[in-house]
Amino acid sequence: MMVDVQKMEQLADNLAVQEEVQGRSLFADARRRFLKNKAAVVSLIILCAVLLFSIFGHMITAWSNEEIDWGILGQIAELGAPSIENGHYFGTDQLGRDLFARVVQGTQVSLMVGIVGALIAVVVGTLYGAIAGYTGGKVDNVMMRIVDILQSIPYMFVLILLLVVFGRSIFMLFVGIGLISWLDMSRIARGQTLTLKNKEFVEAAVATGVKPITIILRHIVPNLLGVVVVYSTLLVPQMILTESFISFLGLGVQEPNTSWGAMIAEGAGAMQYGTLWQLAFPMFFFIITLFSFFFIGDGLRDALDPKDR
Amino acid sequence: MALLDIQNLRITYDTPDGVVEAVRNVNLQIDKGETLAIVGESGSGKSQTAFATMGLLPHNAQVSGSIKYQGQEIIGLSHEEMNKLRSNEIAMIFQDPMTSLNPYLRISDQMAETLIYNSPNGKRMKKKDAIAECVRMLEAVKIPNAKNRIHLYPHEFSGGMRQRVMIAMSLLCRPKLLIADEPTTALDVTVQARIMDLLVELQEEFHMAIVLITHNLGIVAGSCERTMVMYKGEVMEQGSTVDIFGKPSHPYTQGLLSAVPRLNQDEERLVTLDRSFETQMAEG
Amino acid sequence: MSTKEPILSVRDMRVEFKIKKQNALPWHQPEILRAVKGVSFDLAEGETLGIVGESGCGKSTLARAIIRMIPSQGGEVFWQGRDLMKMNEKGLLGIRKEIQMIFQDPLASLNPRLTAGQIIAEPLKTHHPSTSKDEVKKQVRELMEKVGLSARMINRYPHEFSGGQCQRIGIARALITNPKLIICDEPVSALDVSVQAQVVNLLMDLQKELGLSLLFIAHDLSVVKHISNRIMVLEFGDIAEIGEAHDVIHNPQSPYTKELINAVPIPDPIAERKRIAERRALEAKA
Ligand SMILES: Nc1ncnc2c1ncn2[C@@H]1O[C@H](COP(=O)(O)OP(=O)(O)OP(=O)(O)O)[C@@H](O)[C@H]1O
Ligand SMILES: Nc1ncnc2c1ncn2[C@@H]1O[C@H](COP(=O)(O)OP(=O)(O)OP(=O)(O)O)[C@@H](O)[C@H]1O
Ligand SMILES: [Mg+2]
Ligand SMILES: [Mg+2]
Repeated sequence: MMVDVQKMEQLADNLAVQEEVQGRSLFADARRRFLKNKAAVVSLIILCAVLLFSIFGHMITAWSNEEIDWGILGQIAELGAPSIENGHYFGTDQLGRDLFARVVQGTQVSLMVGIVGALIAVVVGTLYGAIAGYTGGKVDNVMMRIVDILQSIPYMFVLILLLVVFGRSIFMLFVGIGLISWLDMSRIARGQTLTLKNKEFVEAAVATGVKPITIILRHIVPNLLGVVVVYSTLLVPQMILTESFISFLGLGVQEPNTSWGAMIAEGAGAMQYGTLWQLAFPMFFFIITLFSFFFIGDGLRDALDPKDR
Repeated sequence: MALLDIQNLRITYDTPDGVVEAVRNVNLQIDKGETLAIVGESGSGKSQTAFATMGLLPHNAQVSGSIKYQGQEIIGLSHEEMNKLRSNEIAMIFQDPMTSLNPYLRISDQMAETLIYNSPNGKRMKKKDAIAECVRMLEAVKIPNAKNRIHLYPHEFSGGMRQRVMIAMSLLCRPKLLIADEPTTALDVTVQARIMDLLVELQEEFHMAIVLITHNLGIVAGSCERTMVMYKGEVMEQGSTVDIFGKPSHPYTQGLLSAVPRLNQDEERLVTLDRSFETQMAEG
Repeated sequence: MSTKEPILSVRDMRVEFKIKKQNALPWHQPEILRAVKGVSFDLAEGETLGIVGESGCGKSTLARAIIRMIPSQGGEVFWQGRDLMKMNEKGLLGIRKEIQMIFQDPLASLNPRLTAGQIIAEPLKTHHPSTSKDEVKKQVRELMEKVGLSARMINRYPHEFSGGQCQRIGIARALITNPKLIICDEPVSALDVSVQAQVVNLLMDLQKELGLSLLFIAHDLSVVKHISNRIMVLEFGDIAEIGEAHDVIHNPQSPYTKELINAVPIPDPIAERKRIAERRALEAKA
C-alpha cells in the first residue's frame, strides 16, 4: 500500500516522451502489414516473375508464336518434346509451333483479361452496389432490377450481337468481360452495404451532416474492402476462363494468337497423342497464378483492415 | 491457492507513434467467491488486464509476466484450451455491448448457442429448453416482456438492454470467475441495484469470483470487499475497500475520491484531479 | 429562462416501432411498441435540459427522432422557429451543422477505418471545407487536449483506444464545429470521475462562452443535477416530471423520481452497505 517512489519516477518518464508524431497513412500501414505476411509476399514475387516472363520472355527464344517448325511437323510426339537443343524449351504444339513463345504470348492476354476484369468488377461493382444499397428505396429497386435483367439475358446472345454489330477485336473481348464481371460484385457490395448502413458510425456521419456520396466513399466503401478484395481475387481465374469461352465464340483472341484458356483446352485435347507438355506448361502457369492471386488477396484483406495486425 | 493469480503483467504495443505501455507490473490475486473492484483513470489499463485474462488481446500485443487460473498458466495457451476455459470457467461482460453482439443474429439464437454447446451440466441441451432458460435469465436482469423480446435483433434493444443481455449471457454458464468490464454504465440506478443484487445472489449460490471494473465508486463501496486502484497502466494501491475509501494512501486515490460528484453538493464547478502529484513524486 | 424565445421546441413527439413476431406470416399484424408517447418541451439558448429515466424508457429514441435519424409517428420539432419535420434533406444538411450529437455507444459510433484525427475532423471538413489542412490539424489537436486525450494519439485507430478514450473522441467530434445544440446521449458514462469532471466543466465553459444549448441524457443523477438547469424525468416514453434541477432532485413529485433518487449509491462503504442491508430487509418483508 506504500507509494513507490521509483514507480512514480518511471511514470513521469513515460509522460516525458511527448515528441511530435508522424502522420500515418492507411497505405503505409497496409504495406507494412502486407510485408509481414510471408505467403502473400512470396505470391507477389511469383506473380511479378510471371509478369516479367510475359513481357520479356520472347527475347530468350528464337521462335515466334506463329512460326511452324517444319522439321518436326508430323512427328510431334517424338521430336516436339521440350528440349534445349532445338530451342523449343517447352516443346511445340500439335502444329509444330514453339510452345514457349505461345505461353509467353498467352500469359500476356490472360493476365490482362484477369486484371482488367477484376478491376472493372471492383470499381464498377462496388460503387454500383454501395450506391444502390445506401440510397435504398426506389433507386435500389431499379438499380438491382437492372442487374437482374443483365444477368438473365443469355450471355452468348449478347456476345454474338456484339460480334455482329462491331466485328471482332481484342477490344471487344474486354467489353464482353466488363459486361458481366461486375454483376455479382454489385450484389455482394449491396448486401454488405445494407448491414453497414445500420451501424452507428454511419448514423453518426449522417447526424453530422455529411453528404450521402461522401458517406458512401468514406464510410461504406472502405469497410467493404475486405470482402471486395477477396471476391475479386476469386474473380481473376473466373475471368481467365471466361476469356477462353469468348475466344471460342470468335470474339476475343484469334489464331495465331492464343491464351491460357485456349492452350489448356488444346493441350487437354492432344493428351491422347502423348504430348503431355502441351497441357502441363500452360496449366502450370495458370495454377501458380491462381494461387498467387489467392494468397495476395488474403494478405491484402488483412493488410487493409487496421484492426488485424 | 488463489483462483486467479496475476504476476508482473506487462502489455505493450508497438504503434507508429512509439511503444505504448498499456499495463505495467500488475499483480493481483482473487479467491473463490470474492469480489475485487478495479477502479482508475480512463485509459489506465483496466480493460487490457481483463482482456489478457480472457486471452483476447489483439495479435500485436506483447505480453509478459504470468496469469495463472487455478494454477494453470493462461499466457501462451492454445486457442482450443483457451476456448474451453472461456466457455466453462471464465466469463466476461464486455464494455462495449453493441460491438460484442452479432448484429445479424436474434438475441435468442446468440444466447441459446452458448447454452446448447456448453450447458453447465455437460449434456447437450434442447433448443427449446435453452431458450426457456435464456428467457428466465433475461427476466432476472429485468428485461420487460422478455419472452417476446428475446426474438428481436440487437439494434432493436436500447443501450441499457443490450448491456443487460450481455450480463445475462455471461451468467448463463455459471462461470467460476466473472470479469465485468463496466457492466452498468448504461443502466439507471434502480436497474443497476437489481443487477448487483443478482450478482451477489449468484455469487453466494455458486461461489463465483467477480472482478468488477467500474467508474461508479458507489457500487464499489456497496458490494466489493477489495479494491485495486490503477493509474497510467500501474497499480497505485490495493487493499480492503473500507481502508481505501477511509484513508486512501496514494495521492491519486485521494484525488479520485474527492472528485466524486454528490447529489447534495452545490458547487459551481466539478472537482477535477490535481495532477501535481506526478511531478512531486518524480522529483523525489 | 422563459423570457427567451426557445431555440428548440418539441411538441407532442411520438415514436412507434413495429415489432415482427418470430415466425410471423406476412398478413399477421406486427406488434406496436410505443417508445415515445407524446413528449413536449422547450429548450432555451444556453440552457441545459437533463433527461433521465429507466433504461429502455425511450431517451435515445426521443433524441434520434428530434434530429430525424428515425421517423416519428407524429409531433413537431421547431428549431429556431423552423419545423424540422417538414424540412427536405437539403435543408436538413444545413441544420446538422448547428446540431451535433454524441452517441451512446462510444466504439460503435466511430468508423473503424478512420484515425481519431480524421474522425474528429469530419464535421469541420463537411461544413467548412475551405479550412486549410494545418488549421484542421491544429483545431483537432487542441480539442483532443481539451477532452483529456494526448494529441500524439491523433493517428491511432478507434480499436487502439480504451472505452473512455473512444467516448472522448465522440465528444471532440461533436464540439469541433461550435454547434448551437449538442444532444448528448450518455456522454460521460465511460469516464472516471475526474475526467468526467473535466469534460462536464468544458461543456459548461463552452456554454458560458458561446451560448451552447445541451440536451443531456445520463443515468448519473449527480452529474445531471450539476450540469442541468432543468431536468425531465421520462417513464415508459412519457414525461413523469419536468422542472428546475434543484426542485426535481430535492423535492421530487413523481413516485418514480423518488425511487430513482433513493437508489443512488453512496460512495462510502459503511454508509452504502448499511443502506443496501436496509433495502434488502425491506424487500424481504414485502
Ligand atoms: N491495440 C492497442 N494499441 C495501442 N494502444 C492500445 C491498444 N489498446 C489499448 N491501448 C491503450 O492502452 C491503454 C489502456 O487501455 P484500457 O482499454 O485497458 O483502458 P481502461 O482502463 O479500460 O480505460 P476505460 O475506463 O476508458 O475503458 C490506453 O491508453 C489505450 O489507449
Ligand atoms: N429500432 C428499433 N426497433 C424496435 N424497437 C426499438 C428500436 N429502437 C429502440 N426500440 C425500443 O424502444 C424502447 C426505447 O429505447 P431507447 O433506446 O430509446 O431507450 P433508452 O431510454 O435510450 O434506454 P437506455 O438507457 O437503456 O439506453 C426500448 O424498449 C427499445 O427496445
Ligand atoms: Mg475499459
Ligand atoms: Mg439509450
